[in-house]
Amino acid sequence: MAGTALRGRLTWQVATVAALTRETTSVCTIGLEPPDWPGHRAGQHLDVRLTAEDGYRAERSYSIASAPGERLAITVERLDDGEVSPYLTEELQVGDELELRGPIGGYFVWEPNDGSPLMLLAGGSGVVPLRCILRDRLRTGSDVPARLLYSARTLPDVIYRDELGQHHDGVEVGYTLTRGQPPGWTGHTGRINADLLADAAWPAAANPVAYVCGPTSFVETAAAGLVGLGYPPGRVKTERFGATGGT
Amino acid sequence: MSSPVSRGFRGLRRAPAGQEGRLPPGQYLTDGFPVLSAGPTPHIPLADWTFSITQGGETKKSWTWREFRAVPDEEVTRDIHCVTKWTKLDTVWRGVSVDTLLGQVEHDAPYVLAFCDGGYTTNLPIEDVTGGKAWVAFDYDGQPLEPEHGGPARLLVPHLYFWKSAKWVRGLDLRDRDEPGFWETYGYHMYGDPWREQRYAGD
Repeated sequence: MAGTALRGRLTWQVATVAALTRETTSVCTIGLEPPDWPGHRAGQHLDVRLTAEDGYRAERSYSIASAPGERLAITVERLDDGEVSPYLTEELQVGDELELRGPIGGYFVWEPNDGSPLMLLAGGSGVVPLRCILRDRLRTGSDVPARLLYSARTLPDVIYRDELGQHHDGVEVGYTLTRGQPPGWTGHTGRINADLLADAAWPAAANPVAYVCGPTSFVETAAAGLVGLGYPPGRVKTERFGATGGT
Repeated sequence: MSSPVSRGFRGLRRAPAGQEGRLPPGQYLTDGFPVLSAGPTPHIPLADWTFSITQGGETKKSWTWREFRAVPDEEVTRDIHCVTKWTKLDTVWRGVSVDTLLGQVEHDAPYVLAFCDGGYTTNLPIEDVTGGKAWVAFDYDGQPLEPEHGGPARLLVPHLYFWKSAKWVRGLDLRDRDEPGFWETYGYHMYGDPWREQRYAGD
C-alpha cells in the first residue's frame, strides 16, 4: 500500500554479479545476487556504490529491471561522459562484487491488483522500470490491458527488443523511432507529440494509469500530452532522468 | 561496514582542485540542471497564484503574485544537492527570504509543511526555514524560473537535499508536529541533511 513502504533502514550489502547480458551496443543488464534482498515492487530503483582502491566512492541510482520474485537485475545505459555507467557496462565481470542498497521509491510503483488499464510511455532507457511492470503483470497473471509506447533513436537502440516482440494477450507494444527508420518501417516516426499520443494512448475515459519514464524533455512532453488528453495529473506518474543533460 | 574495492574502478573525480570539500558524501558534480518530479508539470496563471501562510485550516496571511513581488527580495548564490546524487555549485537565485514572509505573522510553530500546486508537500523544522536559510525563489540564473524547475516560484532550502526545496510552492502550513510530506511518506528521510547523507528513512 502506498505510504507504508520503506520505513526500515536501507543498509548497504555486497551482491555478486551473476550474469551480464548485452542489450544494445551501449546497454547492459546486470543480474545480481544480493545476500539479503527484501523484495521490491515494480517500478522501484536501487543505489549502487563503487569504491576505488584509495577509498574514493561514487554512487548512482538505477531502475530495477527484474520483476518481483525474479533474480534481481538492473539495466544500465553507458553515458559517454559518465563515471559509473562505463564501469558497469564495460568493466564489470561475472563474479565481481557490487555494493548496493534498496529498494527505493514508493510512488512510481505498480501494484498487480491495480485494475486500471496501463499506459506506459518510455523514452530510451526509460523503458527499464516499465519492462519491470510488464514482466510483473505477466508473472502475476494480471489481465489489465497494457500499452507501451517506446521512443528510441533507431531500431538497434531498442532495449529488450526480442522480449517486447513476443505476443502476450492484452499487451500492445508500439515504437516511435526518432533518428532513422529501417526500410519498410510501419511504426511511428519522430519525437513524441500530442498527435502521436492521441493516436497511441488509451482514451482518458478508460480511466488508465500512466507511467512515463525517460529524459526530461520526453517526460515533459509526454506527461503534458496525457494531461491534454484528459488524464488527471494524479494518474500520470513520472520518472525523469538526464543527470548530465542540460536544463 | 567496509566496502569492497570495485576492481578496476578509479572514478572521474570531477570536483575542481580545492573544491572537493563542497561535495557531500555520495554526490557528484554536474553542470546541467536535472529535473525530478513525480508527475506532470503544473502551469498556473500568475493571476491565480497566491502564496499563503496557513495554520489549522486558517489562512493567516496571503500574497497575490503582484503583492509577493513587491516584497523585498535578494540574490543568493548557493550549492544545491539532489538526493539522486547530483550536486551543482554556485547556483544563482533571486527570491524572498522566508524570514520576511513568516515575519508577517505571529506564531510559535516548530515545523512547517510546504504545500504546492500538484499536491506535493514537504516537511521542515522552522529553524531550517528561518535565520537566512530559506527563500521563495522566482528567478534562476537571472531568468524567471522555468515551470519544469518549479516556476513561477519554488522553495529554496539549499542546506538540505533538494526535494525539500519544493517546486511550485504555494505556501507554508505551520505545524505543531513534524509530519512527513510527499517523498518522506515514500521512504525518504524526514530531515535530509546531505552532509550526513540522510537520503532514506533510517539513514
